[in-house]
Amino acid sequence: MHDEEVLGKAYDARLMRRLLEYLRPYRRQVGVAIAAIIGHSIFELAPPYLTKLVIDEYIPAGDLSGLGAVAVLFLVTLAGSFALEYVQTWTMQMTGQRIMFDLRMQVYRHLQRLDLRYYDRNPVGRLMTRVTTDVDVLNELFTSGVVSVFGDVFTLVGIMGVLIWLDWRLALIAFSVLPLIALITQWFRRHVRDSYRTVRTWIARINAYLQERITGMATVQLFRREARDFVEFDAIDRRHRDANVDSIFYYAVFYPAIELVSALAVALIIWIGGGWVLENTLTLGSLVAFIMYAQRFFRPIQDMSEKFNVLQGAMASSERIFALLDTPVEIVSGGSAPRNVDAASRNPPYVRRPGPSGSGDSPAAGPGAIAFENVTFAYVEGEPVLKDVSFRVEPGQRVALVGATGSGKTTIVNLLLRFYDVQQGRITIDGVDIRQMDLRELRSCVGLVLQDVHLFSGTIAGNIRLGNEDISDEAVRRAAEAVHAAGFIDRLPQGMATPVAERGATLSVGQKQLLSFARALAFDPRVLILDEATSSVDTETELLIRDALKVVMHGRTTIAIAHRLSTIQDMDRILVLHKGRLRESGTHQELLAQRGIYHRLYELQFQDRSAA
Amino acid sequence: MTPGRRLLGYLLRYRRSFVVGFLCVIATASIGLASPWVLKHAVDDLHAGATADKFRFYAAALLGLAAAGGVFRFLMRRIIIGASRGIEYDLRNDFFAHLQRLDLGYFQRHRTGDLMSRATSDLSAVRSMVGPAVMYTATTSLTFVVALMLMISIDAWLTIIALVPLPFVTASVRYFGEAIHRRSEAIQQQLSEISAITQEMLSGVRVVRAYGQEPFEIERFRASNEVYFTRNRGLIRLQGVFNPIMGLLMGTSALLVLWLGSREVVAGRMTVGELVAFNAYLAMLAWPMIAFGWVTSLIQRGMASWKRMLEVFDTGPAVTDADATDAIPDVAAIRGEIEFRHLTLAFGDRVVLHDISATLPAGTTTAIVGGTGSGKSTLLSVLPRLHNPPPGTVFIDGVDVRHIRLAVLRGAIGFVPQEPFLFGASLSENIAFGWSQPPQDPDGVESAAAIARLDTDVRDFPKGYDTVIGERGITLSGGQKQRTAIARALAVDPKILVLDDALSAVDTYTEEEILRRLQGVMRQRTSLIVSHRISTARGADQILVLSGGRIVERGTHDDLVTRNGVYAELHRKQLLEEELAAS
Ligand SMILES: Nc1ncnc2c1ncn2[C@@H]1O[C@H](COP(=O)(O)OP(=O)(O)OP(=O)(O)O)[C@@H](O)[C@H]1O
Ligand SMILES: Nc1ncnc2c1ncn2[C@@H]1O[C@H](COP(=O)(O)OP(=O)(O)OP(=O)(O)O)[C@@H](O)[C@H]1O
Ligand SMILES: [Mg+2]
Ligand SMILES: [Mg+2]
Repeated sequence: MHDEEVLGKAYDARLMRRLLEYLRPYRRQVGVAIAAIIGHSIFELAPPYLTKLVIDEYIPAGDLSGLGAVAVLFLVTLAGSFALEYVQTWTMQMTGQRIMFDLRMQVYRHLQRLDLRYYDRNPVGRLMTRVTTDVDVLNELFTSGVVSVFGDVFTLVGIMGVLIWLDWRLALIAFSVLPLIALITQWFRRHVRDSYRTVRTWIARINAYLQERITGMATVQLFRREARDFVEFDAIDRRHRDANVDSIFYYAVFYPAIELVSALAVALIIWIGGGWVLENTLTLGSLVAFIMYAQRFFRPIQDMSEKFNVLQGAMASSERIFALLDTPVEIVSGGSAPRNVDAASRNPPYVRRPGPSGSGDSPAAGPGAIAFENVTFAYVEGEPVLKDVSFRVEPGQRVALVGATGSGKTTIVNLLLRFYDVQQGRITIDGVDIRQMDLRELRSCVGLVLQDVHLFSGTIAGNIRLGNEDISDEAVRRAAEAVHAAGFIDRLPQGMATPVAERGATLSVGQKQLLSFARALAFDPRVLILDEATSSVDTETELLIRDALKVVMHGRTTIAIAHRLSTIQDMDRILVLHKGRLRESGTHQELLAQRGIYHRLYELQFQDRSAA
Repeated sequence: MTPGRRLLGYLLRYRRSFVVGFLCVIATASIGLASPWVLKHAVDDLHAGATADKFRFYAAALLGLAAAGGVFRFLMRRIIIGASRGIEYDLRNDFFAHLQRLDLGYFQRHRTGDLMSRATSDLSAVRSMVGPAVMYTATTSLTFVVALMLMISIDAWLTIIALVPLPFVTASVRYFGEAIHRRSEAIQQQLSEISAITQEMLSGVRVVRAYGQEPFEIERFRASNEVYFTRNRGLIRLQGVFNPIMGLLMGTSALLVLWLGSREVVAGRMTVGELVAFNAYLAMLAWPMIAFGWVTSLIQRGMASWKRMLEVFDTGPAVTDADATDAIPDVAAIRGEIEFRHLTLAFGDRVVLHDISATLPAGTTTAIVGGTGSGKSTLLSVLPRLHNPPPGTVFIDGVDVRHIRLAVLRGAIGFVPQEPFLFGASLSENIAFGWSQPPQDPDGVESAAAIARLDTDVRDFPKGYDTVIGERGITLSGGQKQRTAIARALAVDPKILVLDDALSAVDTYTEEEILRRLQGVMRQRTSLIVSHRISTARGADQILVLSGGRIVERGTHDDLVTRNGVYAELHRKQLLEEELAAS
């Protein structure tokens, strides 16, 4: 247990050092704030002295002009103290904001790099907590905590000096309670940190739950889950409250305890010092003066204990933020790219424009031959979803992937875009292992229509071109026309500029799919991947798109996934996936002739239709 | 009711805590005043002549007072801050419960991240107002009153002088208070924006990655973060002035007292001792004054956030039981006949459904076909009142759906949405989502899964039905998600089954299997099936063809094929495709 304690301290020190790192870019401001705070405490000392001056000198002398002069001096110190406090508040709070800014950017940037595997495991609401409230908690540390501690330490050391100078024996008695304070602080640190950790956990749970239930509210209501969900939410909310009440307990005990200890010191001084007065080893005057100063001695200590509480809260959320920042990124650009948070992004200065990102500016110029070589892949260790899959797609070839649901078609796409990395075998584009390629370059040559359509809030045009300003309005329009989305877009009140709600909630599913299809075309990729790109589109539009695509697909390597065999039968080659294995491959006619899985699938659809 | 009044309602729930808390505040403050008094006596007595007994007595008295003060201080925090956590908890629960009552349209108009921000960040500002602010207001006003009384007891005239800056205090509190309120509101709003942006980026992360939008997303976030920063700067500028102003005004008081008071002393109208004592009491005011400024900020921030929460609380749900009658008392009483009577529905001024009339006899199957955006999903959504139909347009068993209690209405409907939404829980919990109890018997879950043909897939999952799927079901394949949603709808054993293009992501073989199994299920139910595939629609008792929000054709498959209209054309195209392929 003792060891653990030591470990805890070392751990805290490391955490603290890492937090203070964030102050480094702003050391000038911090310096100014510290100077201001020390100046301020000196100014604070002036009024009592001026009062003494008035009472001891000017009043007995009846010197009215002297009184006036003191009043002016008083005013000057007031103004000075006002100015310094302003400077201190301003610099420190601004620094706090800048650090929050930096930290948010850093977390957000890291979120852009984290593996999708991480996203599979972590609910959106939890990750949001890191970016929003966790960072906010840290702000308090920088604005109210760190700097004023310097002021406290300054006062503390000064008073300790005075105490020793007055009477070193009594000073020792006063200091004798310090170990007790250390003990209480230890106890407090251990318990309150735990409860703050729990608080952070539950606030993340609250966010995760809210996020999920708000986005799925229609389903909740359709299935009359309101009451049960409320019970669930109530349980989380209650745990959050209890954790907070727990932390109140600790700090509500902590402050009075520190006060009690300071009272104990004063009592000791009176008791023992009184004894010395009786023995005549101490004058009464010194004892009285000493008591006065001893009381001042504990004020900064109490102050610091308040800061200590803030610190504990901040540590609990910084643990979480750092844990996120320390999550290694497995899938990074090939070659010399770093495997972990690079030093540059660890502590970014405020408002730094991102440099040109990697070398991905020039899209790879190769023809676009794709090859899977003995690829085996499992999402969950030991449960391979793809087993020893090998195939080649020649440049400009159009290939269809078919297979039962859950057979691993989308997984192949996920691997090709390096959303996940293969465990065995390799995937190459133009002979280069995709793990050696620049990630952005790889992805920039692929246009993907995801099976799960996702639109962003914004406008119709904004959803087609996303953030890519290079895509002109005409290109957007052409893409929309190619997928026959232009018709419905033009009927919208503001056409291309019509606002789109979060997730495109006010559009029909087919319309959303068309937009996401248009998006892929607008990016003019060399490789086009269509994962069930028209599954929710009506037959007529689908046929029109198919015709339009004949032109669009020309010269592009295309991989299309579709359950409706009719949509893919004129592809150059069809790959049949069955339970994670590639079972058949060939043209439509060849596969029919093989009388295998494809034939069976086909028969079914065909019989079905002709029976009509 | 004013916002303050509304909040008071929540505070009153904890009135006992607050009353006891205030008593503790009074006790703490009195003890706080007593210990300097004891110390003063100790010093005086020691001057007069010291004995060991006296030393011990005073030492013990100080310790005793500190202990008693500590206990009350502990109770004060524990009770008042504890109550504020209780209020926070109540508010959040009420907020969530209110969200649950809001209609689909509301969630389409508001961003998830924004709502979340109100439930967390804004709520925490409100909490700081009802807890710490209340506590410090009590402590400080008490100290203020006591110090004031002591000052008056010495010299009333000097007290008035000491209070000269008071109007300035009031004026600055009003001025800064308002400004802080406005700026806090703007800040909270921006925080909502940050939260919303983050939420959207995180949920669309695959698109962001696939299209290399990371720099753009970072840039967008930075812009928003910068606005947040700027707005905070505005607030800090205010607070930077406001906080020291309290100290300044307080100092002015001290200055006036010292200056004018010492003239009084010189003039012989006051003793030095009185002036010293007066100054000491004035010093007691310093902390309450400074805390007052701080509390003002807390309250203004809290009120700004509270108003933002009230915006949500004040939105009445558009879909309610307000018109409900007991015409259909419970789910068991529903037969399942559906009628649309001249249903016209518009979103804003966009009319999506025009004059829809149709009767779906109980126990029959109706297929709805039609082009993309023709209004199929919208038509289905009015049945469980996800969107409210106008009165007198949609009937179940002859009763306007608006007259059926929502719980009964929705309980009778098994709905498979076009985009199935699954939850981050185990498969069995997802399938049994509509049950009033967590799933206990596996049979119900398994038989529903078998009809949806999810069973074969689950057999391959090592944890079977206990497999936990990611949020929104991201760890399932597209078809698995859809089939889970079908199983979920079947598991509630509904009178009315609604399938909105529910087989679009499954292969033909599976589709065929599911349809075959569904036939048995559908025999006893009224079913509505939306599909783009003739193969699915073909077997229906009635087919409705929608185009541009109108029913353009209706009838059985055979009728429609011979009629040579839209449906026949569709049929011809789909057949042609197959034949082309077969050739
Ligand atoms: N992120 C993931 N984590 C764990 N398992 C996953 C994940 N994504 C998919 N799976 C599993 O891998 C298998 C293959 O899924 P995949 O999405 O590749 O199927 P699919 O062929 O695209 O099916 P569908 O036609 O239904 O879309 C499924 O059993 C699925 O449950
Ligand atoms: N909340 C809404 N606000 C405004 N317009 C909407 C809203 N919901 C749907 N619409 C519009 O109403 C029309 C009909 O949409 P609906 O979802 O009913 O089409 P659908 O027939 O189901 O199409 P799909 O086959 O693509 O699913 C579309 O043009 C759509 O953009
Ligand atoms: Mg898939
Ligand atoms: Mg639809």
